Amino acid sequence: MPTSDYDPACLPDLLPLYYRRLFPFSHYYRWLSYGGVSKNYFQNREFSFTLKDDIYVRYQSFTTQNELEKEMQKMVPYKIDIGAVYSHRPSQHNAVKSGTFQALEKELVFDIDMTDYDDVRCCCSAADICSKCWTLMTIAIRILDRALREDFGFHHLLWVYSGRRGVHCWVCDDAARKLSVAARSAVAEYLSLVKGGEEAVRKVVLSDPIHPFINHSLSVVERYFRQYAIVDQDILGSKESVDKVLALLPDDIKKDLTIYYQEEKNPMKRWERLCTLVEHKKSSVKKGGQYFDKEIMLQYCYPRLDVNVSKGVNHLLKSPFSIHPKTGRISVPIDLKELNTFDPFEVPTISLICEELERPRADEAEDDDLKDKENEQEAGERRRIRDYKRTSLAKYVKVFVRFLEAMARSRKGEMLKKSDLQKDF
Amino acid sequence: MQFPGRRKKLIGSSQNDLYDHCLQFYGQPPLENISLAEFETFAVERLKLLKTVENIGVSYVKNSDQYSKKLEAEFSSLNFPLKTELGDRKVQGGISEYEKRRKDHISHFILRLAYCQTEDLRRWFIQQEMDLFRYRFGELTPKHKTDFLHKNNLKYETVSAEEKKSLKDKLITSSYGLSGITVEEYDFYKVPFQDALDLVRTRKVYLLAGNAYIPHHEIVTIVLNDFRTRLSKALAMTARSLPVVQSDERLQPLLSHLSHAYVGQDYSIQKNIGKISLEQIDALSGKSFPLCMRHLHKALRENHHLRHGGRMQYGLFLKGIGLTLEQALQFWRSEFVKGKVDADKVRLLL
Repeated sequence: MPTSDYDPACLPDLLPLYYRRLFPFSHYYRWLSYGGVSKNYFQNREFSFTLKDDIYVRYQSFTTQNELEKEMQKMVPYKIDIGAVYSHRPSQHNAVKSGTFQALEKELVFDIDMTDYDDVRCCCSAADICSKCWTLMTIAIRILDRALREDFGFHHLLWVYSGRRGVHCWVCDDAARKLSVAARSAVAEYLSLVKGGEEAVRKVVLSDPIHPFINHSLSVVERYFRQYAIVDQDILGSKESVDKVLALLPDDIKKDLTIYYQEEKNPMKRWERLCTLVEHKKSSVKKGGQYFDKEIMLQYCYPRLDVNVSKGVNHLLKSPFSIHPKTGRISVPIDLKELNTFDPFEVPTISLICEELERPRADEAEDDDLKDKENEQEAGERRRIRDYKRTSLAKYVKVFVRFLEAMARSRKGEMLKKSDLQKDF
Repeated sequence: MQFPGRRKKLIGSSQNDLYDHCLQFYGQPPLENISLAEFETFAVERLKLLKTVENIGVSYVKNSDQYSKKLEAEFSSLNFPLKTELGDRKVQGGISEYEKRRKDHISHFILRLAYCQTEDLRRWFIQQEMDLFRYRFGELTPKHKTDFLHKNNLKYETVSAEEKKSLKDKLITSSYGLSGITVEEYDFYKVPFQDALDLVRTRKVYLLAGNAYIPHHEIVTIVLNDFRTRLSKALAMTARSLPVVQSDERLQPLLSHLSHAYVGQDYSIQKNIGKISLEQIDALSGKSFPLCMRHLHKALRENHHLRHGGRMQYGLFLKGIGLTLEQALQFWRSEFVKGKVDADKVRLLL
């Protein structure tokens, strides 16, 4: 898929076009209104914008979809963040008696950033990513999605590509939005297995009994480990990476492997020998299992979360469908059904979709004229919907819409249940 | 004409309703009149109990056998309710179970008044009340535990036998110390994960569809969290209505006496400013100074001089033990002058 070369210098020209004709405002508004069940839910939501020249403005709020559109088209933000739903309109927070302006609800969010894995990936570092290390994101999504659904009982999860080097997860269930700071932090810690900063060598320690959550996560990691770590990342190839792996093992196994590796150069055979030795040690030591091989797999592959992002109710996170100014890529929802084939380098850039917009389409009907009679907003709306459908953005908006429809169905089910309980037929 | 016998029985039944369990969450404040003497006695005795809870908690491992035995002894000597049923035969000449529970109830609320005012007081009170509650809950029989949960609207369902069977392996591996047999025998409660955060955070419990599967013996953690939250909120509210209470002259002296009588371990240096006099320094240096300071003092006396580092160290130490600025100036000047340094120059040295 050809992507137009993106040049950040073009942003000032492309953004206005994006916000006028492509940004999916109606779906976005539908999302954040959550069916209108809570009064003023959209109106009390905080947005923050980063404008040209890095000017950052917080406490933006809007009363209607129309106002949101007009303001975004006027201010042309380079970055858009979504914050919490507050007790009052954020734009009026200064007028409220101090202490009473409070963050009430927000989606439970997770941010997985590739830079947190720099100590265990050798293909790239810092802001770079490639198809080899992208597997880490795939693993992260599979593990966290399962846990959030099966263990915690959440249903409405929106996974979004951040635009450069990571993914975000927005858990939008009612119960999730109402979670306290303590609860969010507890969930994040439950999901954390890799602990320790730069100084720590061994970051994963397992002991008996192994919790079912860890077992589930291990089975995901094991599916990918050999191809990802042994082949693609070649962690048992060069001396440098071998040393890093050996540092995680007890001395006797380390000694044995050092000798063995002098002869055996095949990484897969090297890994197998490692596993065999660990297995032997386990059965010979009476006290609880030693799980060094599993710990290594987890240290190299298990998702690394930033607990602070998930903890705060008022934390601001990059909005879906916003642009990443450095790469030009759009923060698009990820379709989990197609997760194995998701390629971050195929995600459309703003320059691409703007270009696609300009391409004349032969099959474009002339029934625009007929529709001119209808009110301007609706016409503009429809035009916009037709517009994005002509671009590569279309399939991602579809994913978003499916997500919204699932939430709507679930809300309907809840209301029916409630009215049944109230014997309200 | 009075019929004391019958009347007692009538009162007995309504009393039974009020205090039908030996443990409570202290949700409702007491609604009766009591004498000032009783007010004071109850408060002081509960304070003694809480102080004991704190001391025993420091000396012994919490919830160990020794801990429990010591605490039980204290309970009976102070006449607080522990395990017995209401309606037990009244011990000859002793206090009825009802009386004990009434005291427990009232004294708790009195101490709330005394301990709601500052963050430190609140923290101390909550900590001791929680330890006390944990101990008492632990002493209940399983049936009483379940009774307590139901009476207090903690309607956590127990997990059915079939579900337990299908989840057996998962339950065993998620909590420490469980085996196949215990899983079958013990009751498990299904608690929404938001009510079991401590267990979720440390991954010490099995989670499925948003529910934590808690073995019976862990339910106390959940209950404690609930207790702490309720008490914390209640204290905050009490603090707001305190001015009204404090305006009652009969209560005000008692309440402030109570809260100053004990605030917990106090390491703040301020409390220990005695005024030490210059003459005392030599004596104290031999008796009470740490060795490093004793050494510095000795060196100063012998050489009538200390280098900059030594002056700084020792000077700060003297300030810490209560020497005032004037005294310090005098002290240093007198010593250095002996070392033939000009009195004026001494000022510059400090």
